[in-house]
Amino acid sequence: MPRRTVAPYLLLAPSAVFLLMLFGWPVVSGVLQAFGYGSTLGFTSSYWQRMADDPRFWESVRNTLLLILVLLPVQFCLAIGMALLLRARLRFSGGYFYLWAVPLAVSDLAAGLVWLSIFTDRGYLNSMLAWFGADGVDWLNYQSPTRMLLAVVLAELWRSTSLVLVIVVSGMQLLPRDYDEAAQVLGATPWQRLRHVTLPLLKPSLQVALILRTILAFQAFAVAQALTGRQFPLLIGETYEWYVNLSDPNVASAVAVVVLAISMVTAVIYLRTLRSPEAEARR
Amino acid sequence: MAEIRLRDLVKVFPGQQTPAVDRVSLDIAEGEFMVLLGPSGCGKTTMLRMVAGLELPGSGQVVIGDRDVTYLPPRDRNLSMVFQSYAVFPHRRVRENIGFGLAMRDVPKSEIERKVTWAAELLQLTDYLDRYPAQLSGGQRQRVAVARAIVVDADVLLMDEPLSNLDALLRLGFRAELKKLVGELGTTTLYVTHDQVEALSLGDRVAVMRDGVLQQVAPPLDVYNTPVNEFVGGFIGSPPMNFLTGTVHNGHVDLGGASLTAPKALRSFTGRQVRLGVRAEAVRLVGESAPGAVPARVEVYEPLGSAALVTTTVAGQQMKVQAPATFRARPGETLWLDLPETRRRWFDPETALALET
Amino acid sequence: MTGDTVTRAPARTGAARPLPPVDRRPLRRLRLVRTAQHLVAILITLFMAAPIYLITLAAFSSRAELNRFPKAVWPRDVSIDTLRAFLLSPGTGVLPALVNSLSVGIGTLVVSLLIGAPAGYAVARYGFRGRDAYQLFLLLTRSLPVVVLAIPLASFFLNAGLYDTTYAVVLVHSVLALPTTVLITASVFVAVPVDLEEAALVFGCTRFGAFRQVVLPMALPGVAASSIFTFVLSWNEILAAAVLTLEVRTLPAQVLVSLSESPLRYQFAGGFVLVLPALLFILLMRRYLLNMWGSTIR
Repeated sequence: MPRRTVAPYLLLAPSAVFLLMLFGWPVVSGVLQAFGYGSTLGFTSSYWQRMADDPRFWESVRNTLLLILVLLPVQFCLAIGMALLLRARLRFSGGYFYLWAVPLAVSDLAAGLVWLSIFTDRGYLNSMLAWFGADGVDWLNYQSPTRMLLAVVLAELWRSTSLVLVIVVSGMQLLPRDYDEAAQVLGATPWQRLRHVTLPLLKPSLQVALILRTILAFQAFAVAQALTGRQFPLLIGETYEWYVNLSDPNVASAVAVVVLAISMVTAVIYLRTLRSPEAEARR
Repeated sequence: MAEIRLRDLVKVFPGQQTPAVDRVSLDIAEGEFMVLLGPSGCGKTTMLRMVAGLELPGSGQVVIGDRDVTYLPPRDRNLSMVFQSYAVFPHRRVRENIGFGLAMRDVPKSEIERKVTWAAELLQLTDYLDRYPAQLSGGQRQRVAVARAIVVDADVLLMDEPLSNLDALLRLGFRAELKKLVGELGTTTLYVTHDQVEALSLGDRVAVMRDGVLQQVAPPLDVYNTPVNEFVGGFIGSPPMNFLTGTVHNGHVDLGGASLTAPKALRSFTGRQVRLGVRAEAVRLVGESAPGAVPARVEVYEPLGSAALVTTTVAGQQMKVQAPATFRARPGETLWLDLPETRRRWFDPETALALET
Repeated sequence: MTGDTVTRAPARTGAARPLPPVDRRPLRRLRLVRTAQHLVAILITLFMAAPIYLITLAAFSSRAELNRFPKAVWPRDVSIDTLRAFLLSPGTGVLPALVNSLSVGIGTLVVSLLIGAPAGYAVARYGFRGRDAYQLFLLLTRSLPVVVLAIPLASFFLNAGLYDTTYAVVLVHSVLALPTTVLITASVFVAVPVDLEEAALVFGCTRFGAFRQVVLPMALPGVAASSIFTFVLSWNEILAAAVLTLEVRTLPAQVLVSLSESPLRYQFAGGFVLVLPALLFILLMRRYLLNMWGSTIR
């Protein structure tokens, strides 16, 4: 209820100040840093030039985009399938949900290390192939970008699908089951129900999941470092490289700004394309 | 159009001790409008859902027409349903909602177009076809739900308390419309409600349920006038039937303040107690000197506009009397009541069953 | 009470037709579908659980076993040497890193609760001007990449003398955790009916007293869940921690930095140590996992 007191502003103030100082200012500063502010060269575009001249930068852009384009569709289909399975109320559903949600608390570094034990030359995958008499495969071979991509995709699929799953499941739980039942009585097959009733009604949840997942996907880097060392560059990994190993905070900022820009653009694209006509009609 | 035959249906929900539906059998004739009536939790909705296929029975059989459909999924049963919450898809326009069932069965577009227009006209939705459900009122969404159900032209029409979410005035108006509409279509209908007025108004026959068991299945006036037990008598009618306890002594029933002639059938009850049921509007106000007049003390007087409801006590037992609107009474007054013989119903106090007289 | 009443329709349909036999085929079909669902669920569970099992196996395998090929997928040569060496030998720097991760996690928890919970209460209980703008601002901060903050802040901390301290990391982690903390605590407070608070006020409590005695006990489980979530966020955060520290690294930062130099077996041990807490965290949080997202969506 609206109260004309000063209390809410007082309660809010610490957080607002905190965020403005430790978030608002750094973002502005970061963008400025990319343009040379604070460096010996002063205001310049040469750091952007340096970034664009580095072939590893373009490789990392390609890898990051590839990773997202391959991973996200697969991940979303898997998560929706898992959510539907949970909705079917099988026995041990509670146990399944727990195990399927555990990777939520796993960092991408840990995921990389876990799948390293599987993919490494004398790891578990090749061991199992050997038991079956097949030859081992050099999964993490730096000369095969496809295989490296596959390894990274699998590790990230294993780790980050839980986030999409949890968002989709909570969205599904909020859907009244009347809609699905009405569709059943009206003659819809399970696939038709999914296409015409469940998925359209899940659009808000899917939108949130897509935006969150894409932004987080752009920030993955440790998984590739764990699995392939420096052979599979990713955007944030390059930021890290420039800052820590090459001691160039300005180029690092430039790459960071690129990531920021792409994140925002994709978020806007999602918001535009997933807009619901019936929500518009309500206005 | 098809008849429905239900045999010995049982449904026990996991974790529950008593069955929700306890060996219920019911026949619904072709084109009949059958109302399942009962208090919340009596199992009527579970019955409907078993006919629809949204629940599967533990045992028993559901036959529609000549097919056994007991375990068939809903989409193979060729029926349609109106839900209590309407379940009108919010992300589709009214037009697509109504045509949903037809679209799912791959009916050609022109045919869908034609049928949707027909249904929309029947339910006065023609102006709203291109709107989204969020832009409609509750009553209009209700119509969309009904239109969607009738356009499919199914064998059986199921309705789960479709009017209960409407406000009182809308409910009254739509009830009459629904009766006319379904009457014209002639589809076999199974209608579930807890509102006994709806049941009496709409049904060809009314099936009263309690705790998973059918109490009585009969046309509305029979259920009203000759209830088979005290529960049915008390559930149907507003105000509910009055029940008084009395003792039988040689040909009379002693109510404690008055005495009524006992019918011959009650002779076996001599010396024992018996229950008398009589409806509030059957009771007549008479003078003190009238033969068989029963004294009653006025407790509460409620003017209802079209009539007056007087709560009285007869020998310590409550009796509600419906009087003409012009009648006046004050608490503490004594009235003299006549309980016409033809309107008296007798019940066995142990089994609560009506006694044949 | 009437038993089962067979109530037949009035005989307008002529002679009663015999009932067809019960068709059990759909039942069989349903059972098949159910079995298929169980199978797929088990397969997916294998995919999710097997890597955890394998990394545990690797961490508990002796050095000899790890060098062997092909490896056994059952515990063949169990030993805690690898883990012991990883955790305890001073060269790896793992144990101090663990301690750092813990203190940073707890620090972040405390800071974000202290700053975020009051804000959450304000958002929940008051409809003040700027409320929507504030919530939008929070959503914005949540969706921006860490790296954009970490690098400028690193320079700032260098100048402020806070570089390479746990405080720096706590501050950055708090920025990351704050929006979610505010939104979760807001939804938790909204769930506590205002009537209870007002009743307490009527019966003589101060504003803060009413909060402490009425709202806090009911909000505690949700706030606890929010705290665990914050802790997990901080525990798993790599980039900012790696950028902002040199000596006082957190565990993930330490593991990341030593990746190129450490032997394979230490990497496996590191993976295990990083994954193990996840099992515990999700066990604690599983009841709140779904409610959290529903609330933070809007």
